[in-house]
Amino acid sequence: MTVDADSAITTAPPELIQLLTPEGERVEHRGYPLDLDAEAIRSLYRDLVLVRRIDTEAIALQRQGELGIWASLLGQEAAQIGSARALGPDDMAFPTYREHGVAWCRGIDPVQLLELFRGVSHGGWSPEEHKFHLYTIVIGAQTLHATGYAMGVQRDGADEAVIAYFGDGASSQGDVNEAFVYASVFNAPIVFFCQNNQWAISEPNERQTRVPLYQRAHGFGFPGLRVDGNDVLACYAVTKKAMQAAREGQGPTLIEAFTYRMGAHTTTDDPTRYRVASDLEAWKLKDPIERVRAYLARSGQAEPDFFAAVDAEAETVGIKVREACRTMPDPPTLNIFDNVYTQPNPIVEAEREQFAAYLASFADTAFADSDGGTR
Amino acid sequence: MTTLTLSRALNEGLRKALEDDPKVLIMGEDVGKLGGVFRVTDGLQKDFGEHRVVDTPLAESGIIGTAIGLALRGYRPVCEIQFDGFVYPAFDQIVSQLAKMRYRSLGKLTLPVTVRIPCGGGIGAVEHHSESPEALFAHTPGLRVVACANASDAYTMIQQSIICDDPVIFFEPKRRYWDKSEVDTEADLAGAQPLDRARVTVEGSDVTLLAYGPMVRTAIEAAIAGRESGRGIEVVDLRTLSPLDMAAITASVRKTGRCVVAHEATTFAGLGAEIAARITEQCFYHLEAPVLRVGGFATPYPPSRLEEHFLPDLDRILDAVDRTFGY
Repeated sequence: MTVDADSAITTAPPELIQLLTPEGERVEHRGYPLDLDAEAIRSLYRDLVLVRRIDTEAIALQRQGELGIWASLLGQEAAQIGSARALGPDDMAFPTYREHGVAWCRGIDPVQLLELFRGVSHGGWSPEEHKFHLYTIVIGAQTLHATGYAMGVQRDGADEAVIAYFGDGASSQGDVNEAFVYASVFNAPIVFFCQNNQWAISEPNERQTRVPLYQRAHGFGFPGLRVDGNDVLACYAVTKKAMQAAREGQGPTLIEAFTYRMGAHTTTDDPTRYRVASDLEAWKLKDPIERVRAYLARSGQAEPDFFAAVDAEAETVGIKVREACRTMPDPPTLNIFDNVYTQPNPIVEAEREQFAAYLASFADTAFADSDGGTR
Repeated sequence: MTTLTLSRALNEGLRKALEDDPKVLIMGEDVGKLGGVFRVTDGLQKDFGEHRVVDTPLAESGIIGTAIGLALRGYRPVCEIQFDGFVYPAFDQIVSQLAKMRYRSLGKLTLPVTVRIPCGGGIGAVEHHSESPEALFAHTPGLRVVACANASDAYTMIQQSIICDDPVIFFEPKRRYWDKSEVDTEADLAGAQPLDRARVTVEGSDVTLLAYGPMVRTAIEAAIAGRESGRGIEVVDLRTLSPLDMAAITASVRKTGRCVVAHEATTFAGLGAEIAARITEQCFYHLEAPVLRVGGFATPYPPSRLEEHFLPDLDRILDAVDRTFGY
């Protein structure tokens, strides 16, 4: 993977790397031979269906007041599953707040994602155990953490690489551009995976960039490429190759996964105010799941029983997530004061004691709740 | 005991930390060959290599953001922000990420990052090179904030900050970089004054004068002047700004019944306001006078030809001390 000496960056038509067309036809790309057998592709299909089902359930839970908010990944399943399944077990991933598919692949219980959106925690999983950092809500901030982590991997001489997820809106952030500079000059083992879903809440891609985003990499001195973000096979192949290049000391790569945010930015958003329905219809024809299903069925790599079993499993997962969410308890009130510092802090501890005493003063009234707190 | 400048003492402390723990890294702008614009990291890259003493690109958010990533990987970065006024591009990474990540992770993540910031005025500099932003960081839960005032503390406090598993904002009094004092580089760190403790620098019984960083020397000079006029000024070097060592502060105020807080930072909503409020809450019946504050004005830092009027000096501090006897 080398930087193209392409002087006409703005006029060159962007190449879209694709291994599976929207119609479900397998196409070859000489740079990306695919090393997946039928079972592996079926497994990717299962991932895609399950994460969409979890996402659908979460939207419903928000509508019913069980979640405060939800950031849907609808339409981005292939970009997330393809890239995440290309990671080695020791590769570290740094997500935004929409990487539910990546979280799934890293073994995070979906219920732990819901904790954050229900307001029970800010993120409760162990990043090192899963090799999946906590969700980062400040746009683009995690790209620097990923770069620093990769600089650590480099110092350790470890056979690992790091992947940083971000979106098209984040590409305008100073932190993302600083991450590109740091990763480039230190030749850090990192892949920048940009899911260009065309929309930063209401702002279209044209408000973020005049050039295709992947071409930004050239100016920073590392390769960039655009992949069909709705093609799970292509996302898998390009990520695998870029991560391997990073592990081998070839430095960073920017992958632009060209996709579309089929839903709202979050459940609080109303995209009908700023985009036309025909766009959505056009992208529906490029659905990331339908094309895999068509390919598997048509090529005889999966029988109807398989699809039925995946659908049934999705229902089971949906029900499990639903029940776990609805029965999830609020944290004990005094947890507010935990984990601010590694050592007891006199200011925090004094406030904990004062507030505990205040709560205890209601203990013998009808206002006291089960854990001693007040409503 | 050896006599060192404050700058050299920091250098020796950093060298010791690099020797003691292979995970300690130094990173910042011009910290390598140049040794930092104040020479605090002089010679360290030559002795420890480019992988441990890292000249970073000129991007402060990048310094802190990548330091967070290195800390997540098990390293112990010591970041240099070249001047106080240049910390703001890194403010988001410090306040939203460095300070909050442990809390966010329910205690699963530890971020032992030290951020060194030369602070304060009095060196005739251009704009953005003379500021005192400590209150912004003390106001941020999850950070510890400390300020050294002399070479001996500089040597021990920088090592204690690096050993500390919480993020520490470490303020260095830039106009005192060349002040010399005795430093015991052989002493065991375990025997040193803990990082979260203030210190009574001059004992006195009439009024407590609280100061930190560059103002401590001025406060000591005020105490000497006060003694000549028969007034016992007790100087407490706060050393730690978050948490505050309220036990030391209230012990002194209960003894003297009067208190003046001096800092270079703007008085309005500064550290002095928090300290005065807490003293009022905890020492109300011991007070003979309201707690008075002496500090920078509620203006941006002025051009350097005017800074001697902006910075609290001996006379303004003594004026405030006198006023506490007028109630």
